[in-house]
Amino acid sequence: MSAATMTTSFPNTAAEWRLPSRGKVAMAGLIIAESAIFTIFVVAYLFYLGKSTTGPTPQEVLETPIFYTICLLSSSLTIHLAAKALERDYARLFLVLWLLTIALGGLFLFGTALEWHRLIYQHGLTISTNLFGTTYYSLVGLHAFHVTAGLIMLSLVAIFGFAGRVGVSQSGRVAVLSMYWHFVDAVWVVVFTVVYVLGR
Amino acid sequence: MASDAITVPVGQTEARPWVDELHQWLTTVDHKRLGILYIVSSLLFLAVGGVEALIIRIQLMHSHNNFVSPEVFNRMFTMHGTTMIFFVAMPVLFGFANYLVPLMIGARDMAFPRLNAFSFWLSFLGGLLLYFSFVGGSGLYGAGSAPDVGWWSYAPLGARAFSPGHSSDYWTLALLVSGFGSIGTAINIIATILCLRCPGMKLSRMPLLVWMNLVMAGMVLLAITPLSAAQIMLLIDRYLGGHFFDTQAGGSAVLWMHFFWIFGHPEVYILIIPCFAFMSEIIPVFSRKPIFGYPVMVAATVCIAFVSMSVWAHHMFTIGMNSYANSFFTLTTMVVGIPTGIKIFNWIGTMWGGRIQFKTAMLFSIAFLFQFLIAGLTGIMMAASPFDWQLSLSYFVVAHFHYVIVGGILFALFGAFYYWYPKMTGRMLSERLGQWHFWLFLIGFHMTFDVMHIPGILGMPRRIYTYEPGRGWDTLNLIVSIGAFIQALAILLFLANLVISYFKGARVGNDPWDAWTLEWSTSSPPPAYNFATVPTVASRRPLWDLKHPEDPDSRYE
Amino acid sequence: MSARRTKSNLCGGWQIVLLLFWSASALWAVEPDGTPGHGTNIFSPASTPAKSIADLSVFVLVITGIIFVVVFALILYSVIRFRARATDAGSEPAQVYGSTQIELAWTIIPILIVVVLFLATARVIHAIQDAPEPAGAVEVTVIGHQFWWEFRYPKLGIVTANELHIPVSDPSHPTPTFLQLLSADTDHSFWVPELAGKTDLIPNHPNRMWMDPQHTGVFLGQCAQYCGIQHAKMLLRVSVDGPEDFAAWVRAQQRPAVEDAGAIAGRRVFESNACMNCHAVGGTPADGRFGPDLTHLMSRATIAAGAAENTHDNLRLWIQNPSAIKPGSLMPAMKLSDADLDAVVSYMETLR
Repeated sequence: MSAATMTTSFPNTAAEWRLPSRGKVAMAGLIIAESAIFTIFVVAYLFYLGKSTTGPTPQEVLETPIFYTICLLSSSLTIHLAAKALERDYARLFLVLWLLTIALGGLFLFGTALEWHRLIYQHGLTISTNLFGTTYYSLVGLHAFHVTAGLIMLSLVAIFGFAGRVGVSQSGRVAVLSMYWHFVDAVWVVVFTVVYVLGR
Repeated sequence: MASDAITVPVGQTEARPWVDELHQWLTTVDHKRLGILYIVSSLLFLAVGGVEALIIRIQLMHSHNNFVSPEVFNRMFTMHGTTMIFFVAMPVLFGFANYLVPLMIGARDMAFPRLNAFSFWLSFLGGLLLYFSFVGGSGLYGAGSAPDVGWWSYAPLGARAFSPGHSSDYWTLALLVSGFGSIGTAINIIATILCLRCPGMKLSRMPLLVWMNLVMAGMVLLAITPLSAAQIMLLIDRYLGGHFFDTQAGGSAVLWMHFFWIFGHPEVYILIIPCFAFMSEIIPVFSRKPIFGYPVMVAATVCIAFVSMSVWAHHMFTIGMNSYANSFFTLTTMVVGIPTGIKIFNWIGTMWGGRIQFKTAMLFSIAFLFQFLIAGLTGIMMAASPFDWQLSLSYFVVAHFHYVIVGGILFALFGAFYYWYPKMTGRMLSERLGQWHFWLFLIGFHMTFDVMHIPGILGMPRRIYTYEPGRGWDTLNLIVSIGAFIQALAILLFLANLVISYFKGARVGNDPWDAWTLEWSTSSPPPAYNFATVPTVASRRPLWDLKHPEDPDSRYE
Repeated sequence: MSARRTKSNLCGGWQIVLLLFWSASALWAVEPDGTPGHGTNIFSPASTPAKSIADLSVFVLVITGIIFVVVFALILYSVIRFRARATDAGSEPAQVYGSTQIELAWTIIPILIVVVLFLATARVIHAIQDAPEPAGAVEVTVIGHQFWWEFRYPKLGIVTANELHIPVSDPSHPTPTFLQLLSADTDHSFWVPELAGKTDLIPNHPNRMWMDPQHTGVFLGQCAQYCGIQHAKMLLRVSVDGPEDFAAWVRAQQRPAVEDAGAIAGRRVFESNACMNCHAVGGTPADGRFGPDLTHLMSRATIAAGAAENTHDNLRLWIQNPSAIKPGSLMPAMKLSDADLDAVVSYMETLR
């Protein structure tokens, strides 16, 4: 085969060439895309407020989940502290805070499950009952799905952590994952406001 | 300014057993191979979508024709549109982006090679899923049928009540799956461009193709996802008893339209912007001048991206929005024509004062300019919403968007093929076959799509499997159909050229076109690692600087 | 600078040919039909909304035409004038990067064009959409079905199908027709090009449009929003009548169904089969709403929403096997015996 001759001789650029971390950029891209999906579900929720022709209304059946919201939002704090701990190579502290994050997230999901149980069995509100049911379960459910996916990933890291594989050199990846978790919490702030504050 | 020459051995001399080769291709994470996989798969779907178009055109050759039943016809136009947009246009553009972006920024591969492979196979699976509907989708009329709801699947036509069986579920799932693939690729492109540029390549020194793919990828993140959301809602309606678009329960059919077109309009800019990218690379090289107004081209592209997110309801002018909404969307639609027009002027400015070489790639590019101008102008006509109250949903708009997609996108793609095929394969495409391809396709294209505007003006709606005689539509439709067959012939010539030239084409070195961007600094085809040493750049045209050390761009930028 | 016939000349040549072709086609399309009321040409308007649209359209076409000629000329000129010549081999032209003044010029001019176009358009949008309904207007409620049109005149107590009768409107004393557009199932679109732009019929989303035809005659159109398998055969027939003809038509439609003693057998077949479930005949027990009202079926020129002419043979075929005329239509084949079929067709033919 022929040999290719390539000349390389581009001058200057003495300055350091620093570009952003690809993990962070990729996660930011994912967050942007997911925000667009959630926006559409929020728009549908807002558009259909008050338009159900039958069935239970938000005012009648919704109870503001203050405790579980505090759980989820606190988990943002704990994951932030966990990531910081890992950066400073406090592996034990990291693991404790990480598990706390998972517990708080799990508690939030438990709260969602309780609420849905009450709505379905006490008030007869399902996804097919009326427009409120459809938009409520879709929006809250989509969020809960993202929490679940996050918890699975956090648990995987916890397992690696227990096996001693998560050290300061993984702090970049952990930071990327915690970006996702913060996003999930930010979405909950929006969903909470739309569903439990504005919607009633 | 020391110059080191490095000799890099390329290619492999021993033949490999074909099973090995196949395995390599199926498990590759190399952006170049994935790019070629995207391109080849899109050509397969192009052939299928083309056959669907020919079936449509045969049926419409004259009034009250009986070539296919209404059921089959309705499936044909649904599948034709869905295939061409999602399984031809998007993959082939992702393929070129995949192949070219790392090379143009001096990188070794994309930021996430495995995500890259995953995204490709997701997209391909989506295409297979769509076509499985012919076998698996049980519709109203018996076992196995493709979706027949149009590529928009307007509510409530897409609801269980009006589309029983699973045909339209294949539509929904195929697009959902390939949509996730698109999002993966978009994230990959953005991360690659922002994080893997070679030293010296500031954002202001990236080739325009890289800029435009960056903008396109950003738009994919914001535009594909609304469609995914809407499709999840549709599945909830169809399978969980939801009421998102259930008009009997107070739901809104118009909401589906908004969600769909919030995707649908930016989508067409997602398709055209990479083609602007091709033009911005090809026209300068064959005019022997740099692109005229690089910063303005970047600004115009970003401007188009933003404004295009605000024009979607010009697809909905007839649905009964109030006069203020109609006026708003009229204004934004006209405004988005401004940066688009500026780009056309900049390409003309590039050719102006140049020394134009009429290679096949340039012929397609010049035709693009001419045709995209017309397509843009018919778009401006329809931006005037009262005019659109007549033209919408007629063959005028079908002619308009085919003018953009075939006359614009496909012509630009053909240019890209002729320009980069030597880089990808190490051989030139036959110029002779290229000329035949160009002229034949040009004639067929204009015969079909110039004439197609007229039945629209004469009141012919779209998506009709037959039409009444005596409305003046017969002869026009016949001419349109004949042109379609001429285009089909030209495409066969093109496919033949691709294959024949692979074996018999003239071999080339690094840089057959005397071009200026980094992909031409490595061998044709490039080695797996792209560059033996990471390049460093000091201007937008690093190879110009090398070839003209007495007058480098770096002195002026 | 010799006039050699080179490849590059051909490049310019085809562009000129296409320009001529395009202009010829455009002129052909824009040429008015000459005979109003025949055809579906958007440039043969017979009513104010259609006329406003046509006038605006011509204005837009002129502006876009000028833009086209200018830019096309620039492309053509640059391709011919700046083609590479043999004498150029080995040298590169001046490497011009851009020009701020030129960029400003070709930004500002398009902005001005957009402003002009937008203002012209906004006027027409408001004039058509926000037109107030005068006292003498005829009101029709249009309900779209798969695959036929239901027309109700609420103030006149008329229910009919597929063929719309409206009065001609004298510009000095306008009697426009205002349509309320509803849908019983999926999306449709009401498009009679020579009378007005199209407006969609969307379930749970009432729309409104109007027209004031200034010529009598029959105007054709069809559904323009894909609504299912027989979207192509959901045709429209609008009969614009002079004042006396319209009044006569209204009186005829307001009467209950003709009672013809000779059609008793057929009426019995009609009322004892499933026909009554879908169809209504005024003044009889039949009051189904799923299919077209048949009270004055014989006053219509076509059946099956324009898919066939209203003749004895077509009626018979339609009732016996709708798929033969309109496959996928929601009317089932009634599977009547020949005797019953003939009887019911005779009954239908009495419904004048």
